[in-house]
Amino acid sequence: MQRKYIVILALVVGTAALSSALFMLAAPAPPAGSATVAGKVTYTGTPPKMKPIDMSKEPVCAKEHNPPETTENVVTHPPDALEYVVVYISAGDQPGPTPTQAARYDQKGCVYTPHVAVMQVNQPLEIYTDDPVAHNIHPMPKANPEWNKSQPPNTPPIQTKWEKPEFIPVKCNIHPWMHGYFVVLNTSHYAITGEDGSFSLKGLAPGKYTVTAWQEQYGTQSQDVTISGSETKTLNFVFKVLPYAF
Amino acid sequence: MHEASAQPAVHHHAPPQGFIRKNVFSLDHKVIGLQYYGLALVAVFIGMILSWLMRIHLGWSTLAIPGLGKLSANGAPGGVMTPEYYLSLMTMHGTIMVFFVLTNAPLAAFGNYFLPIQVGAEDMAFPRINMMSFWVTFVAFLVLIAAFFVSDGPPISGWTAYAPLSAVGKDAGPGQALGQNLWAISIAIFCIGQLLGSLNIIATTLDLRTKGMSLARMPFSTWAWFVTAVMGLLAFAVLLPACVLLILDRVAGTSFFLPAGLVVSDKLQPHSGGSPLLWQHLFWFFGHPEVYIAILPSIGIVSHILPSFLRKNILGGTRTMVGSLIAFGFLSYMVWGHHMFLSGMNPFSAILFSVPTLIITIPAAIITLVWLGSIYGAKIRFDSPALFCLGFISVFITGGISGFFLAQPSTDIYLHATYFVVAHFHFVMGVAAMFGIFAGTYFWAPKMFGRMMNETLAKLHFWLTFIGVYCIFMPMHYLGLAGNVRRYALFSDDYMIPLTPVHKFITIAALFTGAVQFIFLYNLFHTRFWGKKAPDNPWESTTLEWSTPSSPPPFDNFGGKHPVVHRGPYEFVEGGTADYVMQTSPEQVGAH
Amino acid sequence: MTGKLFGLLVAIITVVSTAFFIMHTWWLPQDISVLGHGVDHQLNETMIGTGLLFVAAQLVLAVFVWMYGDNKDGRKIKFFPGGGGVMVTFAIILVGIEILVLTFVGSKVWASIYIAPPPADSMQIDVSAEQFAFYFRYPGPDGKFGVVHPEMLSDSNGNYFGLDPANDVDARDDIVVGELTVPVNRPILLTMHAKDMIHSFYVPELRIQQDIVPGLTIPLHFTATKEGKYEIVCTQLCGLGHYSMRAYLQVVSQSDFDQWLKTQSGD
Repeated sequence: MQRKYIVILALVVGTAALSSALFMLAAPAPPAGSATVAGKVTYTGTPPKMKPIDMSKEPVCAKEHNPPETTENVVTHPPDALEYVVVYISAGDQPGPTPTQAARYDQKGCVYTPHVAVMQVNQPLEIYTDDPVAHNIHPMPKANPEWNKSQPPNTPPIQTKWEKPEFIPVKCNIHPWMHGYFVVLNTSHYAITGEDGSFSLKGLAPGKYTVTAWQEQYGTQSQDVTISGSETKTLNFVFKVLPYAF
Repeated sequence: MHEASAQPAVHHHAPPQGFIRKNVFSLDHKVIGLQYYGLALVAVFIGMILSWLMRIHLGWSTLAIPGLGKLSANGAPGGVMTPEYYLSLMTMHGTIMVFFVLTNAPLAAFGNYFLPIQVGAEDMAFPRINMMSFWVTFVAFLVLIAAFFVSDGPPISGWTAYAPLSAVGKDAGPGQALGQNLWAISIAIFCIGQLLGSLNIIATTLDLRTKGMSLARMPFSTWAWFVTAVMGLLAFAVLLPACVLLILDRVAGTSFFLPAGLVVSDKLQPHSGGSPLLWQHLFWFFGHPEVYIAILPSIGIVSHILPSFLRKNILGGTRTMVGSLIAFGFLSYMVWGHHMFLSGMNPFSAILFSVPTLIITIPAAIITLVWLGSIYGAKIRFDSPALFCLGFISVFITGGISGFFLAQPSTDIYLHATYFVVAHFHFVMGVAAMFGIFAGTYFWAPKMFGRMMNETLAKLHFWLTFIGVYCIFMPMHYLGLAGNVRRYALFSDDYMIPLTPVHKFITIAALFTGAVQFIFLYNLFHTRFWGKKAPDNPWESTTLEWSTPSSPPPFDNFGGKHPVVHRGPYEFVEGGTADYVMQTSPEQVGAH
Repeated sequence: MTGKLFGLLVAIITVVSTAFFIMHTWWLPQDISVLGHGVDHQLNETMIGTGLLFVAAQLVLAVFVWMYGDNKDGRKIKFFPGGGGVMVTFAIILVGIEILVLTFVGSKVWASIYIAPPPADSMQIDVSAEQFAFYFRYPGPDGKFGVVHPEMLSDSNGNYFGLDPANDVDARDDIVVGELTVPVNRPILLTMHAKDMIHSFYVPELRIQQDIVPGLTIPLHFTATKEGKYEIVCTQLCGLGHYSMRAYLQVVSQSDFDQWLKTQSGD
């Protein structure tokens, strides 16, 4: 008689445990939070001089840039801000639902805009060409499948998406100076630094996180942060730069 | 007429039974010849449509071509051709036309059909190998066409497939992954088919000539097929290993053609020690004889057809023409470097290669001069085969003359890789060799099908095509002189943009001339099934194919007999009931 | 009737095509090179020689076809006097002479550009050809070219020559640009390299063209005689952007060149 109750109890507990485990696994969204991690990305050392891009082989683009565009591998602003650094939660975060709003990448004046496009895994990406010359967009991933497509002028935008998180360099095979990045992330908590080097990751629930900053030339740096309530945590990243970009 | 001109024959093989044995897996050289012809016909229409797409894009590069987006969503998004798709179409156009049309039709199609008959044999020396050579070629064609349907598209490296572009693999660009592999495999398979075919032609010519058919009495077409087959053995025997080496570089990590330090699409390639120039040497050692393989059978066919319509032999007879053909073929092995004057090879060797290249114009000039000398004093019958032969002479002159500019390194400096080269090779291959195929078709249709082709349509086909091809390809010389570079998907350079109206003119001429070819296609098919019955010897010709007991000939060609040959191939006489004497006529019959 | 039509058509085609050649309706651009006149002379000689052959052969064809149709008038067939032997002799002599002359003169033209060494005072400019642009490197004020490090080649960084300025002092002042600027009347020696495929350097006005082969250093020399802006185009199929691969050649006065060099070095 007692054994029967133990068995029933075990079954109930087991079922409860199993279903809550399943429920957690299938959970559609992380619990909403209200904490923020914010800060600045700066550099020390003498930054390399960005070189003017010689677009003379494509006059129709060259004439759109007076003075010429410069390379964008290490873009700095006074006093010591680093632009185009992607700051994101690399551990401790739930991916969240896939955004339906497409990320957009433009080819204008033979330059990629934005230089670094950040998006989430499986988020739609639309690539537009606004130029009167053909471009050839060639992302060079390692984990995702590689492809290479030309876009003559006045052709529809390329619709695509990436299935794995990765930092994907992008080049135009026709215009060698065109260069950018698709940053595909597993988290919805990311930011890219602007001219003042600042970033802010909002809506974080309490928990232990790793925050990573990625700069295309100098790689990644990570810091851990613990969120307990709705506070704003300050986190700064400092990259050591070198006087020569290559 | 044939009593003393034939002997009873021992059958090579029993007559075929059943549809498959008679029409599909046939050992009969005539069926195999028609199969090659059919393959070439399919190939030429595909190649022609590709050329239309290319020309439309060159004239109107932003045009959305209806349906093209369906054929390749990557290649033509929204129907607008991408630069790589233009190059893919160009590569496939060249490959299909050079290999599956120009190496097939004049040699494998007509040669298979008529060489055994012209030497008086029942079939080729090796009927089974003959059947195999066709089906191998057919498989090669399927493998090549498959490149249209792979996701990355057909290769973009041209029919010349220079390394590193062809050897690096997918980093080199779209089409350079599976597409290029399929190309190399297809061509390697094609080489095997050609080698087998060459063996057959050589063995048949040397061993199966009937009684009285000395080498000196063979028709010009047989001689041309024979010389071409010998050339083919040496040429394709080099292309086959070259393709194998290319495949190895692509899939097995070897470095025959790839030097160290290649950085393609920002990726350092893991090869070292190879030479891109090695590919060029191997390819052109094959490639130059190949283009002569493409023209020589047509020269032989034209020389064979002309006497029937001039009512006299070619000036100089067999010795002059055949001597020139042999010299032409022999010298073709010494000139390959003229495709490589500016390639980076030692510049001194450019001078060495240009000398035999210029010398080769001598046999070509002799051939042209003896044709012209034969027309002198002739009594020309202007049926369609004659018109295409005469047209051949004109376009052969034009194409040959432009060669003078490309044969000299000093003038090639300026004209290399321009539309001048495109004009030159299209005149000699795309026009002259094609005219030889047309002449052969109109001439031999009565024998192959037992029916006469419609003469009115044939003449219309001739006049419109003759005018059309000059409108397409003559302006390309001018474009070349203006420095218009070839293999460009579109012309955005400052100095080329003003040449666009010329390109538009060429495109319109090309579309028009292409449309005219449907007259030929209609005529061919209508004739095959519903044409007027042909007499046995409609052109009053002299060679053995016109002495078969029926049209088409019976399965063993001569109805259980071997013909006996008593005289040369092109004997024409004055006076008497007929002005010609068949090869089988015994000595006593007919005035001479 | 058919024969006359054919003869007439061939004659018209011959006259019309030759007219366009003679009138230079579409023709070479101006020659701005010290050695260019040799090429032009050879082209003109060949044009005249082959033009005469072309016209003669086509018109002979046209006339013969016009004259010798079978009119069913019972005339006798005629044979060309001398038979095949005449044609063989004629071809050997005519073509043989033409070959000898063309080769003798043409070889000298060729050798002057491709075999003769560049003038001793040539200014050396390094060229890198890649998919799908040309880049040019000047040694800068120190007169020395930095060493090329293939592992450092990077389009995204703009390091088209694989330089290592951090560690290689000579590389620090190298000037890398996308346009070839040269002073007029100065011998130039290009040392050309290809990074990925075979490319080719072609300037119609300079009358020079040369393939650039990966794994080799290809020299090419010229002296430009007229200031102006000209195009350098790639003529060896190198991939999908082949049509778009070009650079401008700016031929400027010596003082303008010195000024340009100073501005570039100051960067």
